[in-house]
Amino acid sequence: MTLQMLDSPALATPPSRAFLARAGQGARKAAARYGLLLGFLILWQVGSTQGWLNATVFPPLHLIFAALWDGLASGALIDDIAISLQRSGLAFAAAVGLGIPLGLFMGQIRAVEQALDPILQFFRQTSALALYPVFILLLGLGEASKVFVIFWATLFPILLATIGGVKEVDRKLIEMARTYGAPRRTVFLRVVLPASIPSVFVGLRLSATTALLLLIAAEMIGANRGLGFQVMNAQYNFQIPLMFAAIFLLALLGLAANFTLVTLQRRLCRWAEAT
Amino acid sequence: MRVVDTARRGEVTIRDLSKSFTLNGRRLDVLRGIDLDIHGGEAIAIVGPSGCGKTTLLRVLAGLEEPDRGDVLIDGAPVHGIGNQRAVIFQEPRLLPWLTVTQNVAFGLEVRGTPAAQAADRARHYIRLVGLAGFEEAFPRQLSGGMAQRVGIARALTVQPEILLLDEPLGALDAMTKLTMQEELARIWREEGVTMILVTHDLEEAIFLADRVLVMSKDSTTPTRLIELDLPRPRDRSTPGFVALRRRLMAEFGLH
Repeated sequence: MTLQMLDSPALATPPSRAFLARAGQGARKAAARYGLLLGFLILWQVGSTQGWLNATVFPPLHLIFAALWDGLASGALIDDIAISLQRSGLAFAAAVGLGIPLGLFMGQIRAVEQALDPILQFFRQTSALALYPVFILLLGLGEASKVFVIFWATLFPILLATIGGVKEVDRKLIEMARTYGAPRRTVFLRVVLPASIPSVFVGLRLSATTALLLLIAAEMIGANRGLGFQVMNAQYNFQIPLMFAAIFLLALLGLAANFTLVTLQRRLCRWAEAT
Repeated sequence: MRVVDTARRGEVTIRDLSKSFTLNGRRLDVLRGIDLDIHGGEAIAIVGPSGCGKTTLLRVLAGLEEPDRGDVLIDGAPVHGIGNQRAVIFQEPRLLPWLTVTQNVAFGLEVRGTPAAQAADRARHYIRLVGLAGFEEAFPRQLSGGMAQRVGIARALTVQPEILLLDEPLGALDAMTKLTMQEELARIWREEGVTMILVTHDLEEAIFLADRVLVMSKDSTTPTRLIELDLPRPRDRSTPGFVALRRRLMAEFGLH
């Protein structure tokens, strides 16, 4: 960064030309980053309207966006978004609320970690979707079983990443803090906790992806509202543009979740990026 | 705060100190009845081959290890565990990567209960002392190895210990940086008036910094020896006295 600034004769060029140069550079960057995605969308649109693709399965983009707009304007899709956000949000929040504190605790106390690890590994390997019928039997076909299956699937990535983060804290840093007379609590708050944050975020991002996956599956199986339901329902009713509109919203939801987590991580882990 | 007789500040007495480890079922006597008197404000270097127990001795002095037998007395009082009179400088800087230089240097004080603003003030003083002015807000990963080690040294000095324990503090630095840092350490020791106990495998470093050198050996038949370094300060590596001492110390290790 510094080197570039030294190299570019910023003082010699008039401001307008510098501005143009900067705008050109920005455009090139955007093209390199989003060019392929744009090409894919154009190909879809052209392919669909020209008949290279089966237009009933892959309707042109303008129809999909029209369906999306209709759904949003009439409030039907808004309802679906709200209920889907509520289900995944509740489950994710519960998984964070339980997984991070439990992971911090388990990672510090070897005996607890060793006793619980086999059962955790066993639960983790048991697909949450396979357990969904069990949850339905226990909690009914309502909201509780849906939230619980998402919670179940999102808990383990968070829990295991947090345990891993705590266990991998550099012992030498802990020893350093101890030589200054730091009590256990201080060592935990000032060394173990900040050192585990990057690893916790790995778990959070993994869990956010899992939450959306399980959300869709749960809504496809036994729901009458929600984005996952809408994808299935639109397909049954052969409203293919609406189906793609719901899929598009789900993708957007995933991107938004990831973006939020990445931004939060950047803010909390500014030190890891400074060069 | 205990009132300490100023004449005895930083005095370390080691009495019959022994420690052994069990390694693969075999007992390993690392320290065998060590006796040593270190005066307040003295600089002493501990040298010896790998595995002779010099780092173990330092860790016992730091309170990170408990001896099997014997006592460590500081200013006449027996000590166990970690205490405020001592600060340790490790071979690695051991900085907290999420804290800036100032926050790292203030860490020791904050842990001991000094208010943050006051700790930061004191930290800035020692950052200047180790020659890092202008880097107060930098993060550890932006620093070179030598700079990071200076931060570690400043952190130890900030708590104003009576005794500074250094475990091969310059061992990981390149030759050029090492020479500069040895001069820095000599200056800091002179200015701060602390007792300095330095473990090193660099004989020249020992002669450059110490008043006395404790030579430890690996086998139980050879006793530990104490060599007086009667050289004027500041020391100059090229004086005949320095060269003669280096030759003598190397002969202790069978090197010529």
